[in-house]
Amino acid sequence: MDAKDILGLPKNSLPIPQEKKSRPPKDSQRKPDGISREVYALTGGLAPLMPAIDSSQLKKQPPKDEKITWQWLPFTNSARKDTLQLYHWVRVVNGVPPTGDYSFAKYNKSVDIVKYTDEEYEKYLNDPGWTKEETDQLFDLCQQFDLRFIVIADRFSSSRTVEELKDRYYSVCRAVVVARAPALGDISGNPVVKEPYNVSQEIERKRALSMVLSQTKHQERKDAEVLAEAKKITESRMAAKVAEESELPVPSNAGPESAERASFPGDTVSPSSNVQLPSATVASSALTADNASTLASLRMLRVYLRTYALDQMVQAASSSAGLRTIKRVEQTLQELGVNLKPRVPTKSVCAEHLELRKEILTLLNLQKQLQYKEAEGSSFRDGSYADTPSTPKDRTFVPDMSFGGERVGKRDQKRKAPGRLSEAPSSPAQSKRPRKLKASEL
Amino acid sequence: MNNSSSSKKQSPDQPETSGPTFKSQRTKMDTEKKILNKKLKDVEISCPIVYGSMAFWLGKKASEYQSHKWTVYVRGAMNEDLGVVVKRVVFQLHSSFNSPTRVLESPPFEVSEAGWGEFEIAITLYFHSDVCDKPLNLYHHLKLYPEDESGPMSTKKPVVMETYDEIVFPEPSEGFLARVQNHPAVTLPRLPIGFTLPPPVPVEDASRRKRGDTKDHPLSQWFMNFSEADELLQLAAARQQVQAHIAKLKRQISVIDGPHQQLKSISDQ
Repeated sequence: MDAKDILGLPKNSLPIPQEKKSRPPKDSQRKPDGISREVYALTGGLAPLMPAIDSSQLKKQPPKDEKITWQWLPFTNSARKDTLQLYHWVRVVNGVPPTGDYSFAKYNKSVDIVKYTDEEYEKYLNDPGWTKEETDQLFDLCQQFDLRFIVIADRFSSSRTVEELKDRYYSVCRAVVVARAPALGDISGNPVVKEPYNVSQEIERKRALSMVLSQTKHQERKDAEVLAEAKKITESRMAAKVAEESELPVPSNAGPESAERASFPGDTVSPSSNVQLPSATVASSALTADNASTLASLRMLRVYLRTYALDQMVQAASSSAGLRTIKRVEQTLQELGVNLKPRVPTKSVCAEHLELRKEILTLLNLQKQLQYKEAEGSSFRDGSYADTPSTPKDRTFVPDMSFGGERVGKRDQKRKAPGRLSEAPSSPAQSKRPRKLKASEL
Repeated sequence: MNNSSSSKKQSPDQPETSGPTFKSQRTKMDTEKKILNKKLKDVEISCPIVYGSMAFWLGKKASEYQSHKWTVYVRGAMNEDLGVVVKRVVFQLHSSFNSPTRVLESPPFEVSEAGWGEFEIAITLYFHSDVCDKPLNLYHHLKLYPEDESGPMSTKKPVVMETYDEIVFPEPSEGFLARVQNHPAVTLPRLPIGFTLPPPVPVEDASRRKRGDTKDHPLSQWFMNFSEADELLQLAAARQQVQAHIAKLKRQISVIDGPHQQLKSISDQ
């Protein structure tokens, strides 16, 4: 860098961070210390973000002053209600067995189920749909199974749905809590009081969920289409509306979920973003690469750049062509001395450019046609039907014309027909000046 | 102003005559406002712009972090005042600059800085409320070093990189149209017959208004010239060639098709 400075040459304009980037990938290839290479490879060969085990710890030895033995000893579990004594191996340090409860006893948690008295039942909890026995049974099961309603529903003697059981349980809880509370203000924070269980809503919600889960692919596609339609409608309405008028809700089609979904398009749809990145596709246009639809979709945008519009039209026009054809169009443009992207993209220039591209496509298609016909013709002449010409796509045969460039070399012919003129491809024009066409070549 | 007729194919669902019935006798405020807000189809307003940068090497005065003095700008293609269309331009510079988001509320829309590196600048154009409520993004790669690296760098001659483009408003509001109908910064197509616009709002006293055009800009001597004539000539010549080739190929195909018809019909059996 300083040498360049001395010579007065421009400094390298590459930003510095590029050099640093090459270093980190190398570090991971060295194996780490502390664990063997195979073990390290198990982790995927990459160091974890944070070392799980400090490698120095792996080589540590237990302290020498402690004498460790392992003994088979009985133990009690405070989580058990009986006095069953079981045995297990215990790590004894210097002859002293460890103290404390069984280490897993703390995980024995249970739910505090409300326990109502009979008076309370008579006073507050009577319900025509439920007998006292059933309610008592429900609460027993809740206690036993920690409010796992699916299990409770299964164990319940009479066949009640999960929602019914939940409903009964929560309304009983609520009534008891309300009855026992000295003042309403004390319990207003209690979730049972604040948000009571809503049976009908729950039933509806679960039904909707199961419908969504069990949707077939067909149904999914239809729904996606409906949503897209709804989005389009809302957008076009927004574009047409005057400032003060409020949005109409999107009309929903038949179908139960659409009732729920209809609220989503109204809430979450936002005006289509007008991003002018040259490569962005227009949101509302369908996948048909029709010229008319591209025009229409361009008009949907409030503002756009001429170059962007030209890009879209070019894409639409060449949508039916393969990548190789597109490359050939571009090559032809270069040979003709035309900029691939017009330097002065006015309306008329863009229109001419587009027309030129279309004409070149037509030209290429005609060439293919001609080759195909000539192949057919020659195969007839040979009389061999087994000698089927290769499909036009395979041909690397360059057309029978040049636009004034130099001949570089021959390309391989894949066809077997005799007497074909093979012309080398013209090298792409290096300069952008239009070439003078020799009269003989026309 | 060039009243170029569009040679693009018109989509079939476009209305043939677009002339909205405009009753110029009504003078009530809200109907006028409504009419001014009405969007016009088939009338497309385009605003040709040039955006880019110019960089001067500082020569002896160059330091390690400031080797060049450069300006990035957006101007009218013929150096007209873009202020009629553009309300505000935001230039987003590299994060290493102080307050890299530069907002320009009035023309000339440009930012001048000193630095050493080339980077992409994002330019966002915000338009007046009656023009368009969506902004438009442009991207420009700041060029400091000349293409020909072996040549000497000069402090007198800047490295210029400009791009020509046109902003197109496909369905402008009548208000916008009325406001700019005679302004040189925009191009209007020929208006449909029978179409009358409300009289243009009287232009403010020119001397009071700050000049926003770039005709006398200090850097205007380096502005590039963009003439569509050259490009049109190029394209026309190319199209002629291609059309000639197409004709030739069609002749060749018809020659082959003729005698082969009989052979084909035999083999098809």
